[in-house]
Amino acid sequence: MADSTFLDSTELVLNMGPQHPSTHGVLRVIVKLDGERVLGTECVIGYLHRGLEKIAEHRTYQMYAPYVDRADYVASVSNGLGYCLAVEKLLSVEAPPRAQVIRIILTELNRISSHLVWLGTHCLDIGAITPLFYTFREREYIMDIYEKYCGARLTTHAFRIGGLQYELYDGFEQECRAFCDLFLPRVDEYEELLTGNRILVGRMRNVGVLTGEDCKAYGVTGPILRAAGVKWDLRKAQPYSGYEQFDFEIPTGQNGDTFDRYVVRMEEMRQSARIVQQALERIPDGPIMAKVPKVIKPPVGEAYVSIEAPKGELGYFIVSDGSTQPYRVRIRPPSFVNLQALDKMARGSLVADLVAIIGTIDIVLGEVDR
Amino acid sequence: MRKLLRSVFFVDLLEGLWVTFRHQPPRNIVTEQYPAERPKVAERYRGAPRLNNNPETGETLCIACNLCALACPETLIVVGSERNEKTRRKELTTFTYDTSRCMFCGLCEDACPVDALELTQDFELASYTREGAIWDREMLEEGPKPTHYKY
Repeated sequence: MADSTFLDSTELVLNMGPQHPSTHGVLRVIVKLDGERVLGTECVIGYLHRGLEKIAEHRTYQMYAPYVDRADYVASVSNGLGYCLAVEKLLSVEAPPRAQVIRIILTELNRISSHLVWLGTHCLDIGAITPLFYTFREREYIMDIYEKYCGARLTTHAFRIGGLQYELYDGFEQECRAFCDLFLPRVDEYEELLTGNRILVGRMRNVGVLTGEDCKAYGVTGPILRAAGVKWDLRKAQPYSGYEQFDFEIPTGQNGDTFDRYVVRMEEMRQSARIVQQALERIPDGPIMAKVPKVIKPPVGEAYVSIEAPKGELGYFIVSDGSTQPYRVRIRPPSFVNLQALDKMARGSLVADLVAIIGTIDIVLGEVDR
Repeated sequence: MRKLLRSVFFVDLLEGLWVTFRHQPPRNIVTEQYPAERPKVAERYRGAPRLNNNPETGETLCIACNLCALACPETLIVVGSERNEKTRRKELTTFTYDTSRCMFCGLCEDACPVDALELTQDFELASYTREGAIWDREMLEEGPKPTHYKY
């Protein structure tokens, strides 16, 4: 009896995280291992829980807008757009056309910056260090645009209910145009660095396969769904904020593995730059704020608005009881729903692949835990 | 065969390394040498709060209307005021701003009707004590005084 230790057993249960560099925050994954093989995983979340949905019940509608930036802090502008659209739907107002186009420019830049963070960290996880520095260098241009536009870099609070608070600064269009011209060759440069790289492709191909049916069953959205070959993008399927006026493609993959998700996201960055270029050509003149009362008191009712955030479908469900504060705000975060599929993707793979699979879901724990 | 030769001579690796070495010249250096080199923040940057004085008279612009305190999501602003018996106007006595709880959303400066409260370009807000993060009226009017290092 004394001879046998726990090392003799073939099955081993390990904790990965919450303090692990590859879990992109404070995610704890309990992994059951048979040697190097993953038998099953279980996610423990809540380490970054701040009660964002509860906070909403004690804030007025305008006051809550800065908080939603903290849900997905890598794509804070998209969060702000989703929340503002939901409250606008409750109030039955629509932002003026100028505000809508500026909103599209900023959210598409945000999609690029979110994907750049994903690309850098994902490649870092699976052993390529260089892309991190390149992607963060390009992200800096977007951060500078945000800083000049609204005064903050990460948690921007760029949009207000009914439109925008800030008018464009001098040189905004030139800077965005210059960024798009600079960025498109840079994406080719990343591809040059990564797509042909045998090690990287070896680490990504046929890893974490999720078929289209599985994606639908789990409610997975965003690039993961599109990489599985399902052409579903809310910007096309149910256009909001005037996306129907823009010409862009929805990239899809076939296999639904990590490599396809990489390809889809790279192409999405190019398409986002294309949308920005188109939008810059057609910023209309006019007001940037719709007629919204100073004290927002929506009629009794509820509204659900979902937008295509960089990570998938981001939904805001708001119930109003006619007072100045929302009765209930429910956030449908894409990362949280996509994280469900981790077990399905990781089962049977190697421990080293688990890191790649967590990276490819592109989770932000602020959004998972809220 | 071609694939074998490519892998024998590390062609893929060299292609990747070529991209790396293309970025080596000094003109591609983007790192700022803070604190010797101070970052230039944008004009609209939302940093340390400031309570503006009238530049001519030196009197505060604040009319003690309390709108900033009502607009703040974290209710971290406390405005103290006193009614002047002569002019029948409210006058500002104290103004407390807790920067440790502030998230720099800018709602207070949007709410201010006279542009008295403003978020400025100062970004160095560290202090040695928790109490040091709670700014009184004097601190808000003068602004933080960070050390400027020279090397």
